[in-house]
Amino acid sequence: MPILEHPAYPPATLLCLESLVPCRESQVSMLLSIFGERQQLSFPSIFIYGHTSSGKTYVMKTLLNTLQQLPHVFVNCVECFTSRLLLEEILIQLQNHSSETRRASPVPCDTFNDFVRLFKQALVLDRAEQLREMEANILPAFLRLQELTDRNVTVILLSEIVWEMFRPNTGCFEPFILYFPDYSIGHLQKILSQNHPPEYSADFYSAYINILLGVFYMVCRDLKELQHLAALNFSKYCEPVVRKEAKERDTRKLWKNIEPHLKKAMQTVYLREISSSQWERLQCEEGELGQIKGLSAHAHVELPYYSKFLLIAAYLASYNPVRTDKRFFLKHHGKIKKTNFMKKHEKTSNHLLGPKPFPLDRLLAILYSIVDNRVAPTANIFSQITSLVTLQLLSVVGNNDQLDGPRYKCTVSLDFIRAIARTVNFDIIKYLYDFL
Amino acid sequence: MSTRSLSKGCFVFKPSPKKRKVSRTTAYYFREGSSDLEDSELRFATCQSLQKQVKSETEQIEEELNEQLFDNLVSFLRRSHSAFQEKKTEWTCRTKSREIPTAALVLGVNVTDHDFTFRSLSEVLQNNVTPYIALLEAKDCPGIKNLMQKLLGQLMNCCIDVDSSEEEDYEHVSRSRVRCSMTTLINWYESATKRTDSETPGKKRTSSRHWQSPPVVVIFKDMESFTTKVLQDFVVISSQHIGEFPLVLIFGIATSPMIIHSLLPHSVSSLLCIELFQSLSCKDHLSTIIDKILLTTQFPLKLSEKVLQVLINIFLYHDFSVQNFIKGFQLCIVEHFHSNPLSVLCCQLEEAKRRVNSLSHNQCENVRRLPSFRRYVESQVSEKQIALLTVDSSLKEAVQKLLEDLNVYHENYFPILRCLHVFTSSLPKYPLGKQIRELHCACLENRVWETEEYESSLQLARMLNKSDLVTMLQKCVEILVSSPGREFDEIVEKLKEFLTQFQKLEEAYQERDESISPQKELQKKTNLYHLQKTLLELKESRRSKKLTKFEMLRFEVVDYIDSLVRHYLVPADHKTLHEIVYFNTASVLREHLNAAPRIALHTALNNPYSYLKSEALKSDGGSISNKAPDICIAYKLHLECGRLINLADWLEAFSTVVTAAEGPTADAASSDQVDDVIHARFIRAVSELELLGFIKPSKQKTDHVARLTWGGC
Repeated sequence: MPILEHPAYPPATLLCLESLVPCRESQVSMLLSIFGERQQLSFPSIFIYGHTSSGKTYVMKTLLNTLQQLPHVFVNCVECFTSRLLLEEILIQLQNHSSETRRASPVPCDTFNDFVRLFKQALVLDRAEQLREMEANILPAFLRLQELTDRNVTVILLSEIVWEMFRPNTGCFEPFILYFPDYSIGHLQKILSQNHPPEYSADFYSAYINILLGVFYMVCRDLKELQHLAALNFSKYCEPVVRKEAKERDTRKLWKNIEPHLKKAMQTVYLREISSSQWERLQCEEGELGQIKGLSAHAHVELPYYSKFLLIAAYLASYNPVRTDKRFFLKHHGKIKKTNFMKKHEKTSNHLLGPKPFPLDRLLAILYSIVDNRVAPTANIFSQITSLVTLQLLSVVGNNDQLDGPRYKCTVSLDFIRAIARTVNFDIIKYLYDFL
Repeated sequence: MSTRSLSKGCFVFKPSPKKRKVSRTTAYYFREGSSDLEDSELRFATCQSLQKQVKSETEQIEEELNEQLFDNLVSFLRRSHSAFQEKKTEWTCRTKSREIPTAALVLGVNVTDHDFTFRSLSEVLQNNVTPYIALLEAKDCPGIKNLMQKLLGQLMNCCIDVDSSEEEDYEHVSRSRVRCSMTTLINWYESATKRTDSETPGKKRTSSRHWQSPPVVVIFKDMESFTTKVLQDFVVISSQHIGEFPLVLIFGIATSPMIIHSLLPHSVSSLLCIELFQSLSCKDHLSTIIDKILLTTQFPLKLSEKVLQVLINIFLYHDFSVQNFIKGFQLCIVEHFHSNPLSVLCCQLEEAKRRVNSLSHNQCENVRRLPSFRRYVESQVSEKQIALLTVDSSLKEAVQKLLEDLNVYHENYFPILRCLHVFTSSLPKYPLGKQIRELHCACLENRVWETEEYESSLQLARMLNKSDLVTMLQKCVEILVSSPGREFDEIVEKLKEFLTQFQKLEEAYQERDESISPQKELQKKTNLYHLQKTLLELKESRRSKKLTKFEMLRFEVVDYIDSLVRHYLVPADHKTLHEIVYFNTASVLREHLNAAPRIALHTALNNPYSYLKSEALKSDGGSISNKAPDICIAYKLHLECGRLINLADWLEAFSTVVTAAEGPTADAASSDQVDDVIHARFIRAVSELELLGFIKPSKQKTDHVARLTWGGC
């Protein structure tokens, strides 16, 4: 029983379309009815939104490609980072449509005015979020393109965020809004199982997908990513079958074999700790995972001696209140208990509030008191501060005049600074107000 | 043009003059600055050739060090796209999403060295892999638009360079108007590869260097400095087109690869296929450089302990930059040849001997003035003394001999130093340092055998076990055999003898029936009383026990090593004529390399005499002289103020100081009204201080300025 019905298109095409867009039948039929028949004027603009990989781009592409009668242009807004590029891209694609034999020279088109003048039909803008950052007139103008050009044109905007975030202050033509809901686990199962490898039966593959979803569904609902993971790990799943240790029906045995493997994949490949090609090589060589360390295993950073102290000083300056400097860095500070000089708002941990900016002088003062031997304020020390900034370990706050006493923030984590402090035998915890 | 400066400011770039003129002027400056003109031409030439030698040597070392890393990268590039080309039809390849192959290249925090690495990397890639390389820097790419422009510019230029034919000229012109989009890039890539494919035998050589469809390599030199948005956009855009042309990214990372995850969200990093490559750590790098450059007899110039310490300290404490270390060494070379007239003799032995013969009388006097030479003269008999001090020819003869001695000393010094390092580097806690450079410094500083550390390391060496000792001796033999020194045959013989003795000992052990050792007895005892008793007995026996054969031998070996050290590792400044080949003015080097701008500024303003050298400014310290420049007076007065300075008070103090000299002559009229000229001078001094960054106008209080610096540095 075909779900899609439309007077303008032959039922064979519709059937074909239906098989290509599983689980999105209702949206497609809605779109088809909006487009109407060739001679009918369709809705000027449609806004489609939905989560990452909920099939927006794919559905639109297959829909427009399968139904040959819909001339269209498909543009990715990330790729066309200026309005000029965007408009020219559209025009070039249109030209290719109308005259495929000769490659027309690109038409220079700088403003929307020129565009309207040159514009001759459906137009799909993918990743439409980017439009918001272009000139103010682009988005409203696209929305009323039909009106401006006086032609039967529909502008379709695809986006991952809702329409409310788009609506400009000045008001504009409201598009027809269509929501693509997330695929459910059943949908995912159905879609993923559809594309099974030719060597194996569909049932076998679908059992595999079932296991895969069981492991990954909790963390990842991205169809593309799941497909990728399925392809990566399938050979491992087949292994017992290839080695004739298990039959295709032996689901339980296969599950026992694959499950720990998938869990490992979740911690490594999925997080891009190790790359997929490395993962594949590991599978082939049957090597242990220990051989290739993930990216985060290399968190250690080697720094010159004074850079380490500068960083420690910066950390202390960022997380200790100024008033406490006296207590930490003066020799005869007397006995001040934490409770005595703690103000009410300081009861919350400074580590929860994040780093606070501090002036250069305070940084140097703390540096002088935590380094054992005398440090001369040489050019090398100052340039080290700058290089810590370029390494993103410190950041400059407020980009004003350099002479005006620059202020910095320390951006490293507690674990990182503790590792650094350990290498120079400096007990940083003793100097932190939060851990007093 | 780029500037390296601590502060912001205007920089004037004069057009560089013609090359010929430059070379003339360096020689000219070299001559002009030196205190006396002895042999300055020759010194300059020697200096130049030595510089060149050092440069080529260090470059070669660096190439060798990077070789492994580059090989890995090239094989990664080879792998990255071949898989897809080979089995396009396979099921896994169709379903798997195509990721952009990405190499995360962790290079360490010594950012100044990266330039060289990237330059040689792109050279290697250009020679072996692909002509299409783009190097991107964060400062050129504040937005995706600039990035694409830069990328297209570099790629399209390089394609023209490969062909270097005349018909491409018009492309240059139109490049600025090319649409900077990925489509353009893809079209360009298609046409470029097609062109190289269609090129027939005539140009086969150039194209065969590269692979069938050469990948486009985009290198991000400083990953940390790129903004998140630019990177994300670029990755997203290029992942759309990854099927159409082979793109490979290389991220240059200074800190840790974690930065990728903090810069790119999961949705973007999942488009990448990241593999990690780590370069050699810069400390190892430095060790190699020191080992190959400083601890050889290859270069006549040597560094004294203090100078070496300055260079190493700058490296370890400040920048980790090997390039800067080499630059420092080169500065030492220039400084040595520039300041020391006798450095003309600092060259290979044969050449030096020849040069000795042609020394002028003045130079001979210079030699006589050397402290080490004076010591030498004093140790001679009186007739010889007179001859050395008065007759140039006998002096020259002596100098030739002494230079030869010095050369022999160096030839022996380094191998023995390495032998000693073999021993000390395996001792627990490393009393003489882990690295050979520390040992070298210790030996240069003073007689190493008189130090406590040496004593304790000998003691530790006397406790080494046999297998360690044997391997060390073997290593020493290897070092000595491979070194060119003349006197080592005997030493090698002796060491080999030790080795055979150890061998015999071992055989003897095996033959001997082992009685139950006291240790084993110990295990048998269960009674506490008995245990105590045996322990006491053990202690007694140990005290009185005769040394075993092995222990005797061990003592002998250590004593022998000790004698070698005493004989060969004499500090260089005990050697006559060491001034000629050792550069030892560490203070000059420190001044040049570890500049202290704040201190210099403070000295200039606080004590103008130190720079102006005018007698009138010589002051006894505390008081403020009115002869000093206005800015100095204003500066000294401001040092006495708090965070906010009242301008009126300051002006008053200023005018008091300035008019102090006139003192009695000043009339009453000026006392309540400040002179206009003084007022103007004050304002000028204050604005000069503001320009230097000592004060800034403050909005907190009217007629006040805020101090920006604290303390006397």
